[in-house]
Amino acid sequence: MKAPLLQLDEVSLSFGGLKALSDVSFQINAGEIVGLIGPNGAGKTTLVNVCAGVYRPSRGKVQFEDRLISGLRQDQVAQRGMARTYQIVQPFPAMTVRENVTAAALFGGGIRHLPDARKFADEQLAFVGLAPHADKSAANLSLAHRKRLELAKSLALKPRLIWLDEVNAGLSSDDLDNTLQLIRQIAARGITIVMIEHLMKVVMGVSTRILVLKSGTLIADGLPSDVIRDPAVVEAYLGGHYAEDGSRRDD
Amino acid sequence: MKAHNIAFWAIFAGVVALLAFMGDSYWLRIGTTVALYAALASSWNIIGGFTGYPSFATAAFFGLGAYASAIAQLHGVPMPLAWVLAAASGGLLALLLGFGLLRLRGHYFAVASLVVAEVFRELIIAGGDLTGGGMGLNLALLPIPPLAQARLFLLAFSALAALAALLSFWIVGARFGVALRCIEQNENAAAMVGVAATRYKTFALMLSAVFASAGGAVYANWLNYIDPSDVFNVLMSVKPIVMALIGGVGTVIGPFAGAVALAAVEELVTKGALDLNGAFLGLAIVLLVLFMPGGVMGFLSPARRMRKASE
Repeated sequence: MKAPLLQLDEVSLSFGGLKALSDVSFQINAGEIVGLIGPNGAGKTTLVNVCAGVYRPSRGKVQFEDRLISGLRQDQVAQRGMARTYQIVQPFPAMTVRENVTAAALFGGGIRHLPDARKFADEQLAFVGLAPHADKSAANLSLAHRKRLELAKSLALKPRLIWLDEVNAGLSSDDLDNTLQLIRQIAARGITIVMIEHLMKVVMGVSTRILVLKSGTLIADGLPSDVIRDPAVVEAYLGGHYAEDGSRRDD
Repeated sequence: MKAHNIAFWAIFAGVVALLAFMGDSYWLRIGTTVALYAALASSWNIIGGFTGYPSFATAAFFGLGAYASAIAQLHGVPMPLAWVLAAASGGLLALLLGFGLLRLRGHYFAVASLVVAEVFRELIIAGGDLTGGGMGLNLALLPIPPLAQARLFLLAFSALAALAALLSFWIVGARFGVALRCIEQNENAAAMVGVAATRYKTFALMLSAVFASAGGAVYANWLNYIDPSDVFNVLMSVKPIVMALIGGVGTVIGPFAGAVALAAVEELVTKGALDLNGAFLGLAIVLLVLFMPGGVMGFLSPARRMRKASE
């Protein structure tokens, strides 16, 4: 059997006395679109941060493509092919949209030649539909476009895996449909996706598997249809009556 | 090369040549001061402008360079080699400081960097015969006539300023420059796109320090005498920042415009009342921050001005 793309073994993280993650273990296989859900404060973003090198786990290990990555810095993880977007988008505000993505191609993407990096950046911008805005300052983009810029930057890192941290939060329903379409297209490029998502419509719509985190502990891991009926999940996260209707939004 | 870059080099070479061939000792002194200022402002701009780390450590590197050069020469090292050693000592100090100081951001970094010069001043004062303590050190006079000396130091500082400009032009167009710009804009996002921020900003601080220390090294020979309160003076840290602010932070030519402006105003104010120099500098900082955040270059470039306004 093929080794998993990403593997977490009993990963724990404590901030002082607060245990943010306890013994989280799971695997992500190449080609999956995994939804990571859980109530506010469950540790979802913390989990991304541990995998992406922002925090070093207190215990346990993270392996990506069979190599140990826990302990590496954020930039090293990005260079090894794991990208992440931030819930609160992180543009380079005084650079143009193209320059933003070019920087990602130049460093994380490993295209050291500036014109080549620019060309690759333009391809990513076309892919996410931002090509008409390439020369705009990143500070002047609408929220929906900033989220797409974040995606374009992640793609310019030439990743094998992308963590999407609430890329849909705050979007109108039109924008939402576009982003959903985009997520499917990213997956079609062979990039594995793990998405943190509050909108059940999105989670149920695109995920091939769902992980549920509660108070820093993984309480469910399985097919969307199974997880959504798991009594522990219903109890802890959705509340009884939501379990009948997976399309309703939680908050 | 862009038109304004060519104009910059033409003016630079023209002014230096004019001063070297035609200048009397008064104009040579002013020209030399401007060249030293330009080198320091341009060097500060690498860490403070391109990288966005507001360093107040220029005086530390400048003073270290002056002392490294003076002590080396008093122990028999020839002047040019002593200058190179001094520049290297600044780079080494920056490398060591980088690991500690560059973990701090914004105001924390500024305050921490301010302390470095004070620490060095105390160390030099406590240094006994090696450093001359609070009395300072005298250097041997060069065996050439005064006017030839004045020309030599004009050319030495001008060469340093030219190297700083060359380096800055290169940075702006290079992958390294993109890394610094990412760090300046959003260090978190820089890490996210794979920029090894610590490495790049430490390198930026080293490059900046090499020029400040080389400036101090040449300065020691220019004056033939150095003492701790002069070369570690906090004004040595503040003036490069003011010049970069006047001219345009993060631009290549800005620090040069700022150096000319500051030297000119200092010359005019100093003639009237020596004591007002510091007061003027304070007033200039306040006015600049309030009315000209983009500096002279910001005024000249409408695109940049609009970009700033839209943030």
